Amino acid sequence: MCVSNEAAVREVCERFDHDRTRLLDVVREVDERLRCVDDRSMDAIARELKVPRADVEGVVSFYSFLSTKDKGEITIRVCNDVVDRMKGGDEVAAAFEQALGVPFGGGVGRGSAGAGKGGVDGGDIEGGVSLEYTSCIGMCDQAPAALVNDVVVTRLTPSAARTIVRKLKDRSGSEDLRTLLADSFGDGNNSHDLVRSMVENSIRRAGEVVLAPYESDAGLTNAFSSSPQEVIRVIKASRLRGRGGAGFPAGVKWEHTRAAAGDQKYIICNADEGEPGTFKDRVILTERAHLMFDGMTIAGYAIGATQGIVYLRAEYAYLRHFLDDVLAARRRDGRLGSGLADGFSFDIQIRMGAGAYVCGEETALIESLEGKRGQPRFKPPFPAVKGYLGKPTCVNNVETFCCVARIFEKGSAWFSSIGSAGSSGTKVLSISGDCHRPGIYEVPFGVSLRDVLALCGATDVAAVQVGGPSGRMVPPADFDRTLCYDDLATGGALIVFNQGRDLIDIASQYLGFFIHESCGYCTPCRVGNTLLKERIDRIRDGHGHPSDLDYLKELSSTITTASRCGLGWTSPNPVTSLITGFPELLEQRIPLDPSNNGTGFDLETSLRKAGQDSGLPSYEMEV
Amino acid sequence: MSKAKVATTSLCGCFGCHMSVLDIDERILDLVQLVEFDRSPINDIKHIEGTVDVGLVEGGCANEENVAVLREFREHCKVLISLGDCAINGGVPALRNMVPLKECFEEAYLQGPTVHNPEGRIPDDPEIPRLLDKVYPCHEVVKVDYHLPGCPPSADTIWAALNALLTGAPLELPYQLVKYD
Repeated sequence: MCVSNEAAVREVCERFDHDRTRLLDVVREVDERLRCVDDRSMDAIARELKVPRADVEGVVSFYSFLSTKDKGEITIRVCNDVVDRMKGGDEVAAAFEQALGVPFGGGVGRGSAGAGKGGVDGGDIEGGVSLEYTSCIGMCDQAPAALVNDVVVTRLTPSAARTIVRKLKDRSGSEDLRTLLADSFGDGNNSHDLVRSMVENSIRRAGEVVLAPYESDAGLTNAFSSSPQEVIRVIKASRLRGRGGAGFPAGVKWEHTRAAAGDQKYIICNADEGEPGTFKDRVILTERAHLMFDGMTIAGYAIGATQGIVYLRAEYAYLRHFLDDVLAARRRDGRLGSGLADGFSFDIQIRMGAGAYVCGEETALIESLEGKRGQPRFKPPFPAVKGYLGKPTCVNNVETFCCVARIFEKGSAWFSSIGSAGSSGTKVLSISGDCHRPGIYEVPFGVSLRDVLALCGATDVAAVQVGGPSGRMVPPADFDRTLCYDDLATGGALIVFNQGRDLIDIASQYLGFFIHESCGYCTPCRVGNTLLKERIDRIRDGHGHPSDLDYLKELSSTITTASRCGLGWTSPNPVTSLITGFPELLEQRIPLDPSNNGTGFDLETSLRKAGQDSGLPSYEMEV
Repeated sequence: MSKAKVATTSLCGCFGCHMSVLDIDERILDLVQLVEFDRSPINDIKHIEGTVDVGLVEGGCANEENVAVLREFREHCKVLISLGDCAINGGVPALRNMVPLKECFEEAYLQGPTVHNPEGRIPDDPEIPRLLDKVYPCHEVVKVDYHLPGCPPSADTIWAALNALLTGAPLELPYQLVKYD
C-alpha cells in the first residue's frame, strides 16, 4: 500500500475547499486512505493547498497517528500506559509481536511469521500490518487495551491477542473490523449501531449533575427564555468552574469572550481527554451527548457564537459517526441551525485530533484546529480575545458543558448547593488501577479521598495518583484530604497503586510519557524531562546518590519555572510528589555508601550491554 | 613548601590537550618550580603512588581501561579536572553513541573503504580493552571537581587555571580565553 496517489490527494483537498486551516483534516484523510503520507503525497498536498512543503511535513511528523512510512492495511496500537502495564500489557504486547512476527515500530509485516508459534495459524494479513505503542487511550478501567485501526479492543490477554491476529488473517476483504473483533458489544450506546464497540461504560455511581437521566432540551429551553447576559449571570451564580482540571470560573471566561470584539466567535468543546488514567469524557460522550451539545449551544447563545466545534481525540474516533448522527438528529429537531432563539443560529461540527496529548492544552488545540502542529501559544492574548482563526473563542471541557445544561434545567442555586464552598457541583471521576471496582464515579466535590477509595474497593493502597501524571501522587497520610479545587484538584483521573507497586518506576514511566508528548519547542521541557528520567532511573536501579534528591528538586523547579506551557509546568510532578510524599522510599533505594562516586556509572552494566550490542565473544570472559 | 604534585592522562582523547599543556612554552620552567609531575605521558610514569594534588584528565571513557585509569586518578588526586571537551562532553569519540556498537565494529574493521581485512575478523583479543556500550564524559563515571573547556583549552587557560589552583589566587579567566568562535 501507500502508493502516493495524486488524484486521491487532490480529491481530499477538494473536499476541504483547499482550505489551508484544514491541513490536519487533509493529512488525516490522506493517511487513512493511503495508509501513510509519503514524500510525494506531501508534495501534492503542499501544491494543492498552496502551503510550504515544510508546513505539511511539520504537521505529519507532529502527530503520532500520522506516518510518512507505510503502515499497512491494519495498524495495531497497544496502549503502554502505566495501568495497562500493571494489568499485563507487556505480555499482551509480546504476544502481538510474536503472533505477527513484526516488532513494535518495525514497519509492515504480513503476519505470516507467527505460523506454528504461539498457536497462530500461518497465512497473511492482507494489505500488511504494523505494530506500535501508544499513550493512554482512555480505557484504563478495562485495561490492557489496544486500537486496531479505529476499533478499540479491551481486557486483552496474550491469548486474546493471538485470537485477534488469527481473526485478522481469516478476515475477508471487506468484513467490518468492529464485528470481527468483538464477541459482544458493551452496555448502553456502546452497542448502538453506529458505535458497535466492546467498550464498557462501567458507570459505578451516577451523580445528580452529569450522569443523572436527562430530558433532552430541558436546559436549552430555559436558557433561551433568558437574555444572553442573564445566562452568563446564572453561570456565574452557579460558581461553575472548568472541569478539565484547571478550574477557571466558566462564567468569567464566557463574560470575557462575550465582551471581546469580533464579528465571529467560536465555542470549542475540548474532548481531547489525554491525561493518562482519564476516561470520563469517553463515557459522557457515549451516554450524555445531548446534554453536552445543549451546554455548547447555551454557551454559543451566551457569548454570541454561531459555530461550535468538538475537538475529539483520535483514540475516540470510534464514536465519531455516532456523534455526527446525534448532531444530525439535533438539526432535524431544530435544536441546531438557524432561528433557535431570537435570531440565534448555531451549529456544531466534530473535528478530529491525531494523537497528541499536548493538544488538550487549549491554545495547542486551537493551533491544531487551524491545521498546524499542536504547539501551545503564548498567553496573553487568551483565546477569549484571540482564539480560533484569531477570533474570540471559548474553550471548555466536555463535562463543563454538561454542567451548564443541567444548571439551566435545575437552577444555579440547586447546583451550587452541591459540593463544597469553593467547588460547586459534582465531579466525574475515572478510577482505575488496583481496586475492585474500576470505572466512573460521579461524586460531589469535597468528598475525601478515603471515601472514594472505599467506594471503588481499594484496599492495601500505597499511593493514589490524583489528576493523572500531571497531578500528584498522594501518600496514605493524606487520604483524608478532599477532592476539590482548593485541596486536591483533579481533571478526573484517580489511579490506585497497591503496596506491591514500585512507585519510583511508576514515576519514571510517567516521565517517559511526558518526554514522548513534549512538543519539543522549549528546552526546559524537551531536555529537562529527559534528564529527570535519567536520574530517577538511576535511583530506581539502586545506583543513586544522596545528592540526587537536591539535583532533582532543582531541575524540577527549573522545568516548572521556565517551560512555556502546562505540560512543562506539571511534568516534574511525578518526581516532586515522590520526593515530598515518599521520601523514605527514595532514601531506602539510595545506597548508604555509593561505591560509584555518585555518578551512577556501573562498569558491569556497561560492558554487558556492549557485549549484547556487539555480539563479540571477548565480552563473555570474566573481567 | 614542598612542590605540589600534578598527574595527567589522556583517556579517549587525541592528545591535543596535552599538546596544549606543552604550549605554555617557556612558562613550563616556571611551572616546574611550582610542581612535580607524577604519572603523565610526559614522563611515562605508569601509575600514581601516594597522593597527588591536581589531576588533569583529557578525553572521555570509551573502554574499560579508560575507566580503570580514571578511577585511579580519582582515588589519588585531591583535585580532579576534566581537561577539554572530550573529557567534559565525550567529544568527537562520542559521535559513535548514535550508532549501534555492532555497526561501529563492522565499519571500522570490515566495511570501511580503507579496510584491508581478508580474514574478516573483528579484533577481540583478551589483551585489548573492551569498548563500553557508549562513550561517557568523565563526570558520569567519577566525581569531577572542575571542568576546563576548550578543544583544546588554550595554553593560557591551562596556565591560568593551574597557576591559580597552585598559588591559591582567585581564578580569573578573561573572556578571550573561554570564547570559541
